[in-house]
Amino acid sequence: MTAIALQGVSVALGGKTVVDRVDVSVRDGEWVAVIGPNGAGKTTLLRAIARLVPFSGSIELKGRATSTMHRKELSRLLAVVPQDPSTPPWMTVAEYVLLGRTPYLGALAKEGRRDRDATARALARLDLLGYTDRRLGTLSGGERQRAVVARALAQEASIVVLDEPTASLDIGHQQQALDLLDTLRGESELTLVAAMHDLTLAAQYAERMVLLDRGQVVADGTPHEVLTEELISRHYAASIDVVSVEGRVAVVPRRGSARG
Amino acid sequence: MVEAAAAPDVRPRGLSPAWACAAAAFLLVAVVVGVMAGPVDLGVGEVLRSIGARLHVPGVTSPLTETEEAILWQIRVPRVVLGALVGGMLALAGATYQGVFRNPLADPYLLGVAAGAGLGATLAIAYLPEGLRSQRALPLAAFIGGSVAVVLTYAVGRSAGRERDAATLVLAGVTVASFLTALQTFVQQQNADTLQQVYSWILGSLPSSGWEDVVLILPYITVATAVILVHRRVVDVLSLGDDEASSLGVDVRRVRLVLVVAATAGTAAAVAISGLIGFVGIIVPHTIRLLSGVGYRALLPLAFVVGSGFLVLADVVARTALAPAEIPLGVVTAFVGAPFFALVLRTSRGGAR
Repeated sequence: MTAIALQGVSVALGGKTVVDRVDVSVRDGEWVAVIGPNGAGKTTLLRAIARLVPFSGSIELKGRATSTMHRKELSRLLAVVPQDPSTPPWMTVAEYVLLGRTPYLGALAKEGRRDRDATARALARLDLLGYTDRRLGTLSGGERQRAVVARALAQEASIVVLDEPTASLDIGHQQQALDLLDTLRGESELTLVAAMHDLTLAAQYAERMVLLDRGQVVADGTPHEVLTEELISRHYAASIDVVSVEGRVAVVPRRGSARG
Repeated sequence: MVEAAAAPDVRPRGLSPAWACAAAAFLLVAVVVGVMAGPVDLGVGEVLRSIGARLHVPGVTSPLTETEEAILWQIRVPRVVLGALVGGMLALAGATYQGVFRNPLADPYLLGVAAGAGLGATLAIAYLPEGLRSQRALPLAAFIGGSVAVVLTYAVGRSAGRERDAATLVLAGVTVASFLTALQTFVQQQNADTLQQVYSWILGSLPSSGWEDVVLILPYITVATAVILVHRRVVDVLSLGDDEASSLGVDVRRVRLVLVVAATAGTAAAVAISGLIGFVGIIVPHTIRLLSGVGYRALLPLAFVVGSGFLVLADVVARTALAPAEIPLGVVTAFVGAPFFALVLRTSRGGAR
């Protein structure tokens, strides 16, 4: 089944077209990396999918147009892990992850048994059970990232949209975070759409890559199909080699010959 | 993988019994001091028996004379109740604004309530004929002024752009407040004979007008407090910012409007009766936060209770320190509040934050 279907999606910000007639469809359980140079419209595209910016065209989640959904319904289908999530320093990890249950609660309701269980499961999945009473302000970057993912998981949405999920992590933690997402995807049948900068890293996890440039989809396919010297050098204005290490794709920059 | 059965029960840190009791005890002490303090010594036992008689406890009669009864029930108790309502409302509104606007410096007067109420009161004092310038006309004028100011702030904020975000609204509030303050200052200068009266209103005080004022503001404050408290969990969600709150299914614009309207209506009612009492709306929520480190869910109810107690005590200082003269309440809250807050800041360094 189709998890996400975009048809002719455009977003204009301040009179400038940032996302330009994008058609993409994502199958259930797929991991799609959205790549592209700075300013290509990756973040805006993700925000449109989450209905956080006005867009034209049609976006359907599980066959239903997001524009007709109630905000809460949408949040039960789709969770967002923002690039730079706000993590109020006074909030405890448990409180923070519990906020993921908001789409299931009326404005005046209190969390019930189900909500606390879902939160406990999410904390357990991310090895945060020992951290429940720790304040967010006392966590390391990697721990905080896990708390953010736990919150998205507690939301029990089958689609998770991530904006640069590994931007602030070192390579070890990047790997841990992506491995974890991959495991969660398998266990909970999640559909993942992630904007990513690190092409090599993205290629190891994503089944499919969508390359954006100036708001338009310029390539869409497997990492082998999208990460070619020709495509990357053209759209990133970069000078690179694409090498294959035991069947896996890696992008290696060439020194001193960046193209303007 | 750990399964749900093995997982512990995860609960939000609600209002912990310890903090709830501490806040309630503080309010109780404040009320007792507020009722007992005054030029006429009524005696604790006598007051208790008078309360018993009022509550129709069998066999208890009031030992107080008629005058003492009147002092207790027509002057002191209503003034304490009024102080509690005003203080609680200001602290609660301040905490709400801080959460909704994600701004630690937000106070209940952020959107121009104070400037509007000040203008309303000044106009009433300066231009209403002596006969109409009664106890009733002044609060009404202040309330209308405060409400109009906030509506104006919203209108300016809306016209400012598509974004309509919290920051735009705060800037609109600053704009409207400066404009109305300029008008107020102008009117005040043109009518120098009423300067004293305007000035003492601006510095804030609680009237000793019996139950009338309590009855007047009680509905506003009750409704405002109820609306804010039922939304207290959502204020925690709003503290993540508009985008994240939206992606968690919150209709941010609607919730923010509801909370701001409630906090503003309550503040306008409080200000209409008491004038501009500064500091309570900022100091009380921050003190609670620094000492207990709780989120909005627990902070909001605590702020009301502690704010109530704080203003009752401040009023005791205001009316007894230089008795029979009264010190403006706004002066007391800042004079007592500022050093206390400095102490809290110092002792909680790196602690509960």
